[in-house]
Amino acid sequence: MKKYLALILVLLPFLWGCPDTTSHSRGVYMLLDTSGTYTKELKRAEAIINYLLGTLQPGDSMAVARIDSGSFSEKDIVAKMTFDKRPSVANQQKRLFKQQIDNFVQTAKGSAYTDITGGVLQSVEFLNEAGAGQKYILIFSDLKEELVKGHIRNFPIQVDGCNVVALNVTKLRSDNVDPREYYKRVEDWRARVEAGGGNWRIVNDLERLENIFEG
Amino acid sequence: MSFTKLLLIWPGSPVLSMLIWIVVMVVLLYLARTPAHKAIHSLARVIHNGFRLMSRSVMLAEEKLAQRNKEVTLSAGIESVERLIEREFHRVDAVVKRDLSGYPTLHRALSDQTTKIDEDYRESSETPPPPPSWVGAVEAVANLPSQGDGTVANILNEIHKTTVSQYKTAMDEHRKAVAERHNLLKKMMPYWRRMAQTLEQVGKTITGLHERARVIDNRMTEYEEIREQTDKAARMLTASSLTQFFISGFVLLIAIGGAVINFNLIALPMSEMVGGGSYIGGFKTANVAALVIILVEVAMGLYLMESLRVTRLFPIIGQMDDKMRTRMIWITFSILFVLASVEAALAFMRDQIAADMQALRQSLAAVEATGAAVNSWIPTVGQMVMGFVLPFALTFVAIPLESFVQSSRTVLGVIAVAVLRWLSFFLRLLGNVSHYCGELLVNIYDLFIFPPLWVENLIRDKKHPTEIIIEEEV
Repeated sequence: MKKYLALILVLLPFLWGCPDTTSHSRGVYMLLDTSGTYTKELKRAEAIINYLLGTLQPGDSMAVARIDSGSFSEKDIVAKMTFDKRPSVANQQKRLFKQQIDNFVQTAKGSAYTDITGGVLQSVEFLNEAGAGQKYILIFSDLKEELVKGHIRNFPIQVDGCNVVALNVTKLRSDNVDPREYYKRVEDWRARVEAGGGNWRIVNDLERLENIFEG
Repeated sequence: MSFTKLLLIWPGSPVLSMLIWIVVMVVLLYLARTPAHKAIHSLARVIHNGFRLMSRSVMLAEEKLAQRNKEVTLSAGIESVERLIEREFHRVDAVVKRDLSGYPTLHRALSDQTTKIDEDYRESSETPPPPPSWVGAVEAVANLPSQGDGTVANILNEIHKTTVSQYKTAMDEHRKAVAERHNLLKKMMPYWRRMAQTLEQVGKTITGLHERARVIDNRMTEYEEIREQTDKAARMLTASSLTQFFISGFVLLIAIGGAVINFNLIALPMSEMVGGGSYIGGFKTANVAALVIILVEVAMGLYLMESLRVTRLFPIIGQMDDKMRTRMIWITFSILFVLASVEAALAFMRDQIAADMQALRQSLAAVEATGAAVNSWIPTVGQMVMGFVLPFALTFVAIPLESFVQSSRTVLGVIAVAVLRWLSFFLRLLGNVSHYCGELLVNIYDLFIFPPLWVENLIRDKKHPTEIIIEEEV
C-alpha cells in the first residue's frame, strides 16, 4: 500500500500537468510611417503584414499602428488582435485582421509629422499588456523623426526585452548627398534602443523577411 | 642572498660550481643506492599488486556475470522450448481431437466393410465340381469289348453320347457358377476401394502424428541439453538471442517510424482541442497530448497481446482466469477501437485545418486558387484510414518488444562481460607496466651514478678476481 502511495506521490506532478508559467507566445507591434511620400510604401508594408499573419501562431498577438504627428495614442492603432489558441478560430481572426489592414491601406492619408518615439512607447505598452514572451517592434519607416513643435521626445526610452526591427529604411534624397546622415540616423536609433535594454536590427531586404524573427 | 647565488659554490665559475654539485649529487645518490632501490621496488610492487588485485576482482565479477548470463540464457531457453513443446502438444491434441475422435465410427465402418467383404468372399468361394466317379464308370463302359456285337456297340455308343452330354451340362453349370462368383467378386471392388481410402486417411493422420512426435522428440533433446546446462546449448541460445535482438530492434525501429507518422497525423488537430499556445515544460501541450494518445494505444496493445497470451511481459495478466482475461481482451480492444476512431476523426480534422490554412496563405499571398483540387477526398480518406489502422498496427509492437527486452538481457550481459574482460586485461597490463617501470627506474638510477659503480666494480675485481672467474665459469 505504501508503495502505491509513494508511486502516486511521485507521479502526481506529472499527472497535474506541470503548468509552464513561461510565456511562449510572440507579440508583434508594427509601426507604419505614413508621413509624406512614405505612404506609397504602404503596399510593401501590407506584404510584410501578410507574411507576419502567415507566420504567427495561435496564441500570438499582433498590432499595426500608424506613425503620424502624435503617435503615443491608442487612436493610431489600425488593428490589434490576440489570436485564439484554436487554429481554426485564429485563421478567421487573421482574415479579419487582413481585411482591416486592406481598408487602412486604401484610405491612408499622409501626415505632416513623424513621431516614431511616441509609436515605440505605445508599442511597449501594448506588448507588456499582451504578456508576450517574445516582443517585436517593427518600424516601417525611414527613421527620420519630425516632431510637432512642443512635443518632447528626446528622453531615454525603455524597451526592455524588446526586439526592435527597422524595416525598409529608405535612403532620403539628402542621404544621397551625404550618406553620413543615414548612418548617423540609424546609429542614433540603435544606441537609443540598446540603451533602453532592447535589441536593434535592420531588415532592408524584404525578400528575407524570416530574418525578422531571427536572433 | 638569492637561490642562484647559493648554488654558485665557486664564485665566478658557474661551470665549476655545477660540476661540484653534480659530483656531490652522484656521491649522495651512490650512498643512498640500496635504500633508493628498495623504495623504488616497493613502490613498483605496491602498484603492481594493486593493479593485479583490481584485475582479479574484475575477473571474478566477470566470471560471476558470465555465470549469471548463462543462467539467464538457459532459463530463457528452457522457457522458450517449454512453450514450443507445449504448442506441439496442443497441435497433437488438436489432431487427435479432429481426426481420431471419429475413430469409433471409423472402426465401425471398417468392421462393417470387413463383414460385408467376408460374406461376399464366402459366397464367392468356388464349389468343387462333382466328383469324377462317373468318369471311371464311363471309361469302364467304353473299355468293354463290343466283340462285333452291333447291339452292344449301339448300347456303348448311347452310353458314350449320354456321358458326353452329361459332361457338357456339368461344365455349363460349373461355368455359370464361376461367372456368378466373379460377379460377386466384382461387387466387392467398391468395398475394397472404400476400405483402402479409409485406411489411407488413417495412415495420413498417423503420419502427421508421427511427424509431430518427431518434432517433439527433437525439442525434448534440445530441452534436455539445456537442462544439462551444456556450453553448446548456452552458445546456441546466446547466438539466437543476438539474432533476436537485432531483428526485434529493426522491427521496433519500423514501429517507431509508424508512431512518428501517427504523431504527425494527430498533433495539429490536437491543438484545436487543447489549444495551440499552451506548453508543458517547454513542449506544446498539443504535441504532448498526441504523444500520450499514441503511448496509451501502445500500452493498450501490450495489454491486449498479453491478454491473448501472445506475449508474456506481465505475468499477472497471464495468470488471470479465463473469464477475467476475456473481459480484459474486450476492454482493451474497446479502448483501442475508441482511440482508433478518435484518431480517424482527428485525421479528418487535420485535413480540414490544413485546407483552411492553405486557403488563408493563398489569400495572404494574394494568389487565386487554381480550380478545384482533383479527387480531394482521396487524401482525406487516406488519412482517416491511416488514423484508424495505425493504432491497431502499433498493437503488434508488443511482440518485437518482448523479444527485444528478453534478448537485450543476454546482449547487455555479453557486452558487460566483454567490457569487464577488457578492463581486467587493461588493469593487468597496467600492473605489469608499473612493475617494469620500477625496474627501469632502478636502471636509470644506476645510470646516474655509473662512475662510483664503475670504481666499485674495479675495486671488487681486484679484491676477489678468482670468485668472479668461478662465477663466470658457472
